[in-house]
Amino acid sequence: MKVHEYQAKELFVARGLAVPEGEVATTPEEAEAIAKRIGGMVVVKAQVHVGGRGKAGGVKLAKDAGEAKAKAAAILGMDIKGLTVEKVLVTRAVDIESEFYLGLIMDRNTHQPMFIASAAGGVDIEEVAVTAPEKIHTLAIDARYGARSFQARKLAYELTDDPAVVKGMTKALMTLYDVFMASDATLIEINPFVKTPDGETWSVDAKLNIDDNALYRQPAISAMRDLSSEEQSEIEAREAGLSFVKLDGNVGCLVNGAGLAMATMDLVQYYGGMPANFLDIGGSSNPEKVVTAMRIILRDPKVKAILFNIFGGITRCDDVAAGLLKATEQLEVPVPIVVRLTGTNEDKAREMLVGSSLIPAVTMDEAVQKALELAQGGAQ
Amino acid sequence: MSVFVDRDTKLVVQGITGRDGSFHTLQMIEYGTKVVAGVTPGKGGQSFEKVPIFNTVAKAVEETGANTSVIYVPAAFASDAIYEAVDAGCRLVVCITEGVPVNDMTTVYSYVKDKGAQLIGPNCPGLISPGQCKVGILPAQIHREGHVGVVSRSGTLTYEVVDQLTRNGLGQSTCIGIGGDPIVGTNFIDCLKAFEADPQTEAVILIGEIGGEDEEMAAEYISRHVTVPVVSFIAGRTAPPGKRMGHAGAIVSGGKGTAESKVAAFEAAGVAVAAKPSDLVPKLAERYEPARKALQAG
Repeated sequence: MKVHEYQAKELFVARGLAVPEGEVATTPEEAEAIAKRIGGMVVVKAQVHVGGRGKAGGVKLAKDAGEAKAKAAAILGMDIKGLTVEKVLVTRAVDIESEFYLGLIMDRNTHQPMFIASAAGGVDIEEVAVTAPEKIHTLAIDARYGARSFQARKLAYELTDDPAVVKGMTKALMTLYDVFMASDATLIEINPFVKTPDGETWSVDAKLNIDDNALYRQPAISAMRDLSSEEQSEIEAREAGLSFVKLDGNVGCLVNGAGLAMATMDLVQYYGGMPANFLDIGGSSNPEKVVTAMRIILRDPKVKAILFNIFGGITRCDDVAAGLLKATEQLEVPVPIVVRLTGTNEDKAREMLVGSSLIPAVTMDEAVQKALELAQGGAQ
Repeated sequence: MSVFVDRDTKLVVQGITGRDGSFHTLQMIEYGTKVVAGVTPGKGGQSFEKVPIFNTVAKAVEETGANTSVIYVPAAFASDAIYEAVDAGCRLVVCITEGVPVNDMTTVYSYVKDKGAQLIGPNCPGLISPGQCKVGILPAQIHREGHVGVVSRSGTLTYEVVDQLTRNGLGQSTCIGIGGDPIVGTNFIDCLKAFEADPQTEAVILIGEIGGEDEEMAAEYISRHVTVPVVSFIAGRTAPPGKRMGHAGAIVSGGKGTAESKVAAFEAAGVAVAAKPSDLVPKLAERYEPARKALQAG
């Protein structure tokens, strides 16, 4: 789950890390009032869960309240990479002398949280990693002992010799670690962390991603979820306990198991098509789950065929077939459905599908090719 | 031989009275796995299908000599269950549970390593040495005893591949699902090392997916240390960046963990990479004589 900049900043402030004062607005008038209260130059920033907001025109400077109102009017409702801007953060503008990147990720190689820091801040850190990897400093932390101030200080001295900046940066790094661990994050960053010409330091931006597996014990963070910034079909799938990701193609995929689901999508592309989605229906053959999954897939008008690819292991194929038949009875499906069931009792399952409108296939390759043919036929 | 589990495996099931735990305990017993104990706090003294139940893993180990644990408890209790199994002296702990917070796994990982134990999972289907022992939820009937080692981050995709091996007359030494989470106890390299040392294993199929750099590191390891032929498949070539594809660990982020990078690493290491699952056995046949013969005969 992604947390907005303004929400992440609230978590920083709660731990004593100062951020430039600011507030969220949903209308230009609110933005104007906030800017008036702050006084002087402000920044109006779109609150959407995508990177590159600045480049897309979602971050604007305003010299006074009137201008803040105009900029907010332009940004609110704007479409950034498919997401509509519903909120802006209006925040005091900070003079920038130099910019740093400070972050913390859950590192898979060391199996521990790992700081990432760079004196090349304010830009896309992924680009820095590619073009100037020597400018990126990392430090893995043993989670049993937690981050210690000396570690944060050591890292800060890799980026600067300025004692005031090191002090502010050490505080920021320790706060990042605390918020990261306390909120079950997988990624947290301040980019940029800024030094002003007066020698002050400020955390100007914030990004925070939370481990979905830990949301059950993070009620305060879960409450920060912004449904307006998520795909409707993905929200519905999550509520039904399905793992679903919307894609752009026309072949709807229902598969049991994440690995097999990815392999099925890949095979659709291998044969020259495009999958409409990733969907892992899980281990059971529960007809209700199948119905929900089909409803979600069929909401996308681009879908011209549906492909079921089920490996019956512990779940027997005849059980899955029974579930499928029941599900298709309950739902009017305007597109052809190709069904490939393999594994335990597959012959029995295939017999059960005879006489139904479901189109059987034996191998994964055959199933994908049939679905593609039908999807293309439907498009003509 | 086989790796990690065999006829000497004496298994304790944590969460034996739960829905999944009880179902899969029956399946494991039916397969011939020596299930010597179960643990459910509060149900000590009872039994399940003649398997004695204990309140703690320590008691189960003390009374039955269990050396391996399998965990079916809910996600919120899974990390505690791993600590308990290792603390009780289990050398191998297999955590089937899906949805364990990754934060918990950082300290669990360190603890398991310090104690010299081995963890497989979490969020994994377990492992099977066909004809000897099954620990987890894999469908036993698709497996046959033989000489191909299989290691994978996924469940059903692995069954798909194992099924193809078996249908082509190629049995398996051990099939291991290492799990789809960002932090897992046993990685590809641990399994490759074990397969290389195992006289029964003559070839390896490695099934990877997007996310992390485990496959890249495995490729590096193979080029230096593995002499048996290795054939691979990588799932997720079509996955969009920044989206978690079912498994918590299957995500391309920060430009890292792409399928392209993994395929390139394997190819550079001399590992054949199948473009689709049905190409795995033919690819294996190019480098492993029994597979070539099996395909010809089939």
